[in-house]
Amino acid sequence: MSGQSEMANILAETAGRLLEDHVTREVLGAAEEGTWPAVLWNVLEENGLTQPLAPEERGGMGASFADAFVIAFAAGRRRAPVPLVETMAAGWLLGQAGIDVPSGPIALIDGVAELTFEDGCLSGTAKGVPWAAASGHLVAEVAGVIHLIPSEAATIASDANMAAEPRDTVTFDKATPLASGMLNLSAGQPVSRILGAAMRCAQMAGAMEGAIILAVAHASDREQFGRPIAKFQAIQQMLSRAAARAAQGRSAAETAFLALDRAAAGGDWADAEWDVASAKVVGGEAAEIVYDAAHQTHGAIGFTYEHELHFTTRRLWAWRGEFGAEGIWAQEIGRRVLARGAENLWPDLTARQMGEAV
Amino acid sequence: MEDIRFTPGHLPPVAEALRAEVREFIAEHLKGYPGVKRAKSWSGADPEFSKKMGAQGWIGMTWPKQYGGHERSALERYVVLEEMLAAGAPVSRHWVADRQSGPLLLKFGTEEQRQKYIPPITRGESSFCIGMSEPNSGSDLASIRTRGEKIDGGWRINGQKIWTSKAHTADYMIALVRTQPQDTSNRHAGLSQFLIDMKNTKGLTVRPISNMAGEQMFNEVFFEDVEVADDTLVGTEGGGWGQVTTELAYERSGPERYLSSYQLLFELVRALDEDTSAMTAEGIGRLVAHMSTMRQMSISIATMLQTGVAPNLAAALVKELGVAYEQDMPNKAHDLTGRSPLVGGDGFDQVMAYITMAARSFSLRGGTREIMRGIIARGLGLR
Repeated sequence: MSGQSEMANILAETAGRLLEDHVTREVLGAAEEGTWPAVLWNVLEENGLTQPLAPEERGGMGASFADAFVIAFAAGRRRAPVPLVETMAAGWLLGQAGIDVPSGPIALIDGVAELTFEDGCLSGTAKGVPWAAASGHLVAEVAGVIHLIPSEAATIASDANMAAEPRDTVTFDKATPLASGMLNLSAGQPVSRILGAAMRCAQMAGAMEGAIILAVAHASDREQFGRPIAKFQAIQQMLSRAAARAAQGRSAAETAFLALDRAAAGGDWADAEWDVASAKVVGGEAAEIVYDAAHQTHGAIGFTYEHELHFTTRRLWAWRGEFGAEGIWAQEIGRRVLARGAENLWPDLTARQMGEAV
Repeated sequence: MEDIRFTPGHLPPVAEALRAEVREFIAEHLKGYPGVKRAKSWSGADPEFSKKMGAQGWIGMTWPKQYGGHERSALERYVVLEEMLAAGAPVSRHWVADRQSGPLLLKFGTEEQRQKYIPPITRGESSFCIGMSEPNSGSDLASIRTRGEKIDGGWRINGQKIWTSKAHTADYMIALVRTQPQDTSNRHAGLSQFLIDMKNTKGLTVRPISNMAGEQMFNEVFFEDVEVADDTLVGTEGGGWGQVTTELAYERSGPERYLSSYQLLFELVRALDEDTSAMTAEGIGRLVAHMSTMRQMSISIATMLQTGVAPNLAAALVKELGVAYEQDMPNKAHDLTGRSPLVGGDGFDQVMAYITMAARSFSLRGGTREIMRGIIARGLGLR
């Protein structure tokens, strides 16, 4: 369908093709064993896909969030085992804080981590940091200030999420950042968390599409009772319900990225936060339904390590919990609605700007 | 597998400007209108209200001026629809005609039919009902048995329709009738649509059926040697299935497919706005997150309508999501309040009791949940 910018179409095509070629079964399996997929990362970086959001003068592409969406979507669809979206989000934050963006992977620390910055030094521990050990740099947000820290300045203990993606424990003990800069944005939640959540929504949308494509293909091939199981209404109904929820997750995620563009252009961060929160809620709920339907359709083969389905579905489940699970983000929305009262609910919903590109 | 993407749409300034006008109108004309009546949403009727909307130019908004339309955009129309639904305005009298009968006649009707039937619709004076379901033909619409046989100068119709909403008050029905014997190799062939004058036709009997919420909303309609003239045939003889499919895409495409329970959400927020618990915030947050995203999808469909696309798959997707949402609202209200509503209770109680019962119809009307999923399954390439 139409409606994307020329830039987004090119990025979608490039990212889709490179990821399809380079994220093979072997690369995915090796990544889970701890092998850094250097070829994949280098190809992405050489093609400019790792820094779409940083300004051109700081080493990026200066693209919009709407354009970046298609890369994050493709990363989820193909299950890229590299910190692509974290590096993209970190690049935007660094650019916003007036800091030059280093090359290579950058780990994004969720801004809710309890870190302190005193006398030019960063201290504290953050758990579940995506790809910290694999990244040359870390980006941390403390009280509205963005810090760029070399990985050597932190103590990093390896850990992983249920999809075997690195989620490390990072400890700073009076670490000195390479550079620090104010974000100068007023948002309710840390901006690193908002961007991280948005990226997970886009990845989940891509992964849900991938899971449904796999399930539809399997249902069309697999025969039982003398016909493809796709012909059974029970299968059709289950996958249709899942596809509708996946479509909702994607629509919500795209809406959120457009809202980020408006916020980045000087608009209201409260609006962007609302749309990211909505996307994380409906996307996370959808992930649960897609996860269930895709596995149920595949039967026992989908429960094997050999089959590729789990590379998608384990990520879906892990991602719904990262950068705030549905319940956390739902509370953000709920508290706002309850504070404003019933009479303002509809006026507030309709006063918000919609998906107009900037 | 079709690419399932809802292009983010947005409402242009001209549509937003209209919103203020609509709200002013609602504030003036629905002052003191009780919640339990608002809860009827688009099934609540008030002939005078419909005429006032017609006078505002808010019926047939996108239709050609020569038939009384206003040639405004589908997005301006969308704003009027969603504001009326959010307010629980009694729009039922003109809703079906504005949504599907008018567009059907404009697309397939003769010039004479357009000139005769469309202008009264735009004035809010003319009400239509949909004659599709029959006692043995619910989801399997192509199996209808109501028969039309050719007579000199017209058609003689015999048979029965059922679950026909508002047949007892409507001025016209657009009835789907079998005009050729059933062809087992092509079940969709041989169907035709006719305009039936509900107030002035001999042989027509309308018998209301009470629903479980105690309302008389739908009906049985009997055709006994009903004779209609040739000029009541809509579109081509035998081409009814294609026309009905187009009509159903219109029927399923609007914001009424996720806003039918809005009054309950409103009452729920009002009942809980002093509650500071995390559970309540989360419960309300989830409901509003869904509403927010479904509104975006609904606007995306309005954008498709504006570009002339009949949004068959997209409408099925939003109806699947929307009715599940509006139907689940009483469950969530129950969980969050823990109240068993009393008939003599406050606004929340009355709205809760009504919508809990009324919601059973949401996943049946306009095509069942199972039919919607069948349409989606076809889009996925499963059938």
